Amino acid sequence: MRVALFATCLVDGLFPDVGRATVRLLRRLGHEVSFPEQQSCCGQMHLNTGYPAQALPLIRRHAQVFGNYDAIVAPSGSCTGAIRHQHADTARRFGDDKLAGAAETIAARTYELSEFLVDVTGVTDVGAFFPHRVTYHPTCHSLRLLRVGDKPMALLRAVEGLDLVELPAAESCCGFGGTFALKNSAVSQAMLADKVAAVAATGAQVCSAGDSSCLMHIGGGLSRLRVGARPLHLAQILASTRTDPALVGPL
Amino acid sequence: MTYLGMPTAPPGVGQLRGSEPFPAAAETALANAQLRRNLANATSHIRAKRAAVVGEVPDWQQLRAAAAAIKDDVLAHLDDYLVQLEARVTERGGVVHWARDAREANRIVTELVAATGSREVVKVKSMATQEIGLNEALAEAGIAALETDLAELIVQLGDDRPSHILVPAIHRNRTEIRDIFLAQMAGVEPGLTDDPAALAEAARRYLRQKFLTTPVAISGANFAVAETGTLAVVESEGNGRMCLTLPRTLITVMGIEKLLPRFGDLEVFLQLLPRSSTGERMNPYTSMWTGVHPGDGPQEFHLVLLDNGRTATLADRRGRAALRCIRCSACLNVCPVYERTGGHAYGSVYPGPIGAVLSPQLTGVADNASLPFASTLCGACYDVCPVAIDIPSMLVHLRSRVNEDKAAGHRLPGVEAAGMAAASWAMRGPRRWRWLLRAARLGRWARLDRLSRSRLGRRLLPPPLSSWVAARDLPQPPTSSFRDWWAGQP
Repeated sequence: MRVALFATCLVDGLFPDVGRATVRLLRRLGHEVSFPEQQSCCGQMHLNTGYPAQALPLIRRHAQVFGNYDAIVAPSGSCTGAIRHQHADTARRFGDDKLAGAAETIAARTYELSEFLVDVTGVTDVGAFFPHRVTYHPTCHSLRLLRVGDKPMALLRAVEGLDLVELPAAESCCGFGGTFALKNSAVSQAMLADKVAAVAATGAQVCSAGDSSCLMHIGGGLSRLRVGARPLHLAQILASTRTDPALVGPL
Repeated sequence: MTYLGMPTAPPGVGQLRGSEPFPAAAETALANAQLRRNLANATSHIRAKRAAVVGEVPDWQQLRAAAAAIKDDVLAHLDDYLVQLEARVTERGGVVHWARDAREANRIVTELVAATGSREVVKVKSMATQEIGLNEALAEAGIAALETDLAELIVQLGDDRPSHILVPAIHRNRTEIRDIFLAQMAGVEPGLTDDPAALAEAARRYLRQKFLTTPVAISGANFAVAETGTLAVVESEGNGRMCLTLPRTLITVMGIEKLLPRFGDLEVFLQLLPRSSTGERMNPYTSMWTGVHPGDGPQEFHLVLLDNGRTATLADRRGRAALRCIRCSACLNVCPVYERTGGHAYGSVYPGPIGAVLSPQLTGVADNASLPFASTLCGACYDVCPVAIDIPSMLVHLRSRVNEDKAAGHRLPGVEAAGMAAASWAMRGPRRWRWLLRAARLGRWARLDRLSRSRLGRRLLPPPLSSWVAARDLPQPPTSSFRDWWAGQP
């Protein structure tokens, strides 16, 4: 299948390993991956902080860049959520029905990574090898906005050598919330403390999730408290093989 | 400021505004370890109870959809339904009063009580009267209002404020309650223990005396049926029913959005409300009354219809669904923010997710500007809401209203607005964006990740990084962006 990668701005700038892993994984599964280089950001930060007028040009750009692809994959639940649930609505709010129509078409063809693998290609065993103890945090937007449900867990369960341990109170928000982490820093920290304690209780070497943003927050807390668990995006685990392992070392 | 010209709830009366912004108030609450323990225990208990009884109802999602549709019909035809309600209540011997805001409602109720000659009233638990600060207004007129809901009584005796819509004393444990009773309840046994049954018995003795001697009661209403003029109150303790049946005069203060068109609509809401709020299949007491019945119950009935910013809320197409709320408080119990801060941090009698969308609309966003941001947008509230209010989307909408309101008051954009505009400008130009990503590598040379790991280093970091590193280390910036890696592929 021909797939366009929407890397997301955070992965592009701060976590390129996640983008590389996504490309490696999709290619290994026989897909032809392209990366439209005019892409930048879905505008989620602007939208969710209350600056829709500043998000509008980003939505327009996204529609121009991805208008001609049949399948678009993003290694992020929340960016996929913004594209699917906010782009067309925002365009309409500013009276741009043409853009709203284009955004709707793109939204219908945009998939979060686990959705694409399980729903579109029908694969749960991606042939990965990852001999480590892993716990998984289902991020709020993948869980409650996209309803990805059990898909990431099904993918992880099929990974050879992987010891999957259940995260206590897994469905509780980690406290990131985009600019919430800065505007309501104290509450965000209180939520993070509970999430970090839950990860520590599992004894896992790796805490995985489908969003680099939440992982940056959880990983920052794990590092600060010296929990000894490392954050790793779902794509990095699924891309890992015997010959090309995702390294698990000290933070 | 008003929204589309509609008046909002006036300041200086009632309890819809806090004395400090949410983040500051939250910080105080977070420092209270006892409060956090009490809240975590209570919310996790009620969450599990709710989930169990909601899971029993096979058509729960259809019930939610029906409730949302009924409430939307009410909101779309509020003018007709209110006039219909007034006509029915009047026909059955009640008197209807219209109150534009808290001040007007307080004046009407105070005059009605004064006319009876009583200096005391008993009260049914009611959010509307908390909202308008009725007890304080009555006290100013020399009238003592006694809360008869057990938890409200605890709050009142403790000279405290409610911190939850349904369980106003959720922030108190039973030892604290015993201490409040011993200090404040007239005639209480000095040997009172913190056994829940003993505490309930002490309150029962205290209240029974008041029920039998007080000639005026004040209530709110959970529902009002337009086609029949029937009012309904649902409760657990039966103290509400005492107030609704024993006194000679009954005064009900009700928000104008509490309407249902038909009596049959109660069928939907009486299934949704108890399961969502207390986690019970049915609440123990459902009281309904229609006007006045000679020789049975109160012989004088007044209904005060309260606007206090509701019409202003109705004017916002993207915010008006907040008026569907039936005050079940399921959204409070699942909210990870509420669970940590409790209700007082929200400043308003409406705390938690619904408070974060309702309070700023009732007062106008300028007066509660921090509340729409008091959420991670995790979506747990929307999932449990029995009337399917999309609270996360509404929060996002209100955030933009707050920002627009701020921008309108200043010629220059604030720091945040300028930063957002700059980010948008950089991201919409592919070349600019590529250069910005390259510049981000400076963070690697500056060893930001290492700085974030040392106490001294953290002090060197400017905002907003300083807020981030208060509890989180920074990741090491990569050697190249993803797009540069992609471009360099063979």
